[in-house]
Amino acid sequence: MPDLPRSSPLGDIHVALGAAFTDFAGWSMPVKYSSDLAEHHAIRNAAGIFDISHMGEIAVRGLRAGEFLDATLAGRLSALDLMQAKYTLLLNERGGVVDDLIVYRNGEAEYLVVANASNRDVVAEVLRAGAVPFDVSVTDVSDGIALIAVQGPRAQEILERTAGLEIVAGQASLAEVRYYRATAATFAERNVFIGRTGYTGEDGFELYADVRDAAALWSALTVAGAPLGLVPAGLACRDTLRLEAGMPLYGHELGADLLPVQAGLGRVVALTKDTDFPGRAAVEAGAPAGSRVLVGLVAEGRRAGRAGYAVLSADGEPVGEITSGALSPTLGHPIALAYVDPDSSTVGTSLAIDVRGSRIPATVTTPPFYSRKK
Amino acid sequence: MTDLTTLHYTTEHEWIAVDGDVATVGITDFAADKLGDVVFVELPEVGGSVTGGTVVGEIESTKSVGELYAPVDGEVVETNQTVVDDPSLVNSDPFGEGWLVKVRFTALPDGLLDRDAYTTLVGE
Repeated sequence: MPDLPRSSPLGDIHVALGAAFTDFAGWSMPVKYSSDLAEHHAIRNAAGIFDISHMGEIAVRGLRAGEFLDATLAGRLSALDLMQAKYTLLLNERGGVVDDLIVYRNGEAEYLVVANASNRDVVAEVLRAGAVPFDVSVTDVSDGIALIAVQGPRAQEILERTAGLEIVAGQASLAEVRYYRATAATFAERNVFIGRTGYTGEDGFELYADVRDAAALWSALTVAGAPLGLVPAGLACRDTLRLEAGMPLYGHELGADLLPVQAGLGRVVALTKDTDFPGRAAVEAGAPAGSRVLVGLVAEGRRAGRAGYAVLSADGEPVGEITSGALSPTLGHPIALAYVDPDSSTVGTSLAIDVRGSRIPATVTTPPFYSRKK
Repeated sequence: MTDLTTLHYTTEHEWIAVDGDVATVGITDFAADKLGDVVFVELPEVGGSVTGGTVVGEIESTKSVGELYAPVDGEVVETNQTVVDDPSLVNSDPFGEGWLVKVRFTALPDGLLDRDAYTTLVGE
């Protein structure tokens, strides 16, 4: 008998808010509260609050923690400033992606590795396996952490107005903390770590709080944010938001048999660093000739190509497959990410999507489909 | 406001309102809610014949694609162009403005559900 899905520390709040739930990577998480389109637009125009407590957090501590992460992950993590974040990858020996990660340097000798829920255990295992020679400790701290994202143009204002959320003396104010930087706060006398990061293409923050404070923090953020247009937001709009922003989703655009360069993430792999790391040799060898590459597709009308749909050349020959697709709520036309043959990947190439037997014309473009105004 | 107890229901989550020999067909609030926000509706041609139990249209939300099954054998006499232009009516008024097709039929199929049986089916 399969295990029952896990519930978030905010589960009771979601039930009270009338959320519809979906099983996601072994967790029962809100897919929407009212209308996923309304939630999507709220985040583009005001703000939304997400519970993403299913994400995994792994603490890496020790004087050689940066060196250890350089030898384990694809990026140069030792170069991070204090309270800086980096998007990085854990690769397998074939150069494929085991998981995509955000790593924060939250202390001189301390890093926080944030993994996708589905990959939390495998990431923790790989880190633990390599830790001993570097004399670092690897601790999966996920069960003690609630992760709340506040995303949208009003996010900073909302956090500033949140009762009881106080920036620690000497740390960057919310106005000062830049994109992919972090600051430290307290709430209910316990620490809250706040990154200016997100997965929506908007400005926003992700708050790592003690599970014991999760419900009170969610409520305080909601009370502060509701007058500014903050709405609770579920995984359905999170997916359309990240797709518009051209951000990859593990299991769709990223996987164990796809090299970073195929996903357009070649720059994420720091081949200039001296250290060896899993996947380095394979990445240096490059993708085999003819390997498919990730592109954006835009189409007209309202019928969207979806994950798994075939992409065809103008002559109707199969040249690729969609990994994510939707009718873009912001743009009003269909958008998709797809892996296509290299000779069909040039921007402006006219292709077609096989939408359940109908051929919908589509044009190759470079993601993101949507960029916020700076 | 439609009296939901006067409608017939199918296990495919469609509702049927019978007026003489014409059946007006839509999808239920349960189905609309499960789909999410409907953004595209494709309906059969007016004048075409349909066979009960076969797919005659599509209802797409941001997240997924639902199929519209013809609940009866017959001829399509009207389709709701308002809902084609504004698919959100399927969510906002599934039993009213969000109706989809009208089919002239000769006999209703066996196995249609009444309101009580349908609410039991969806566990409400």
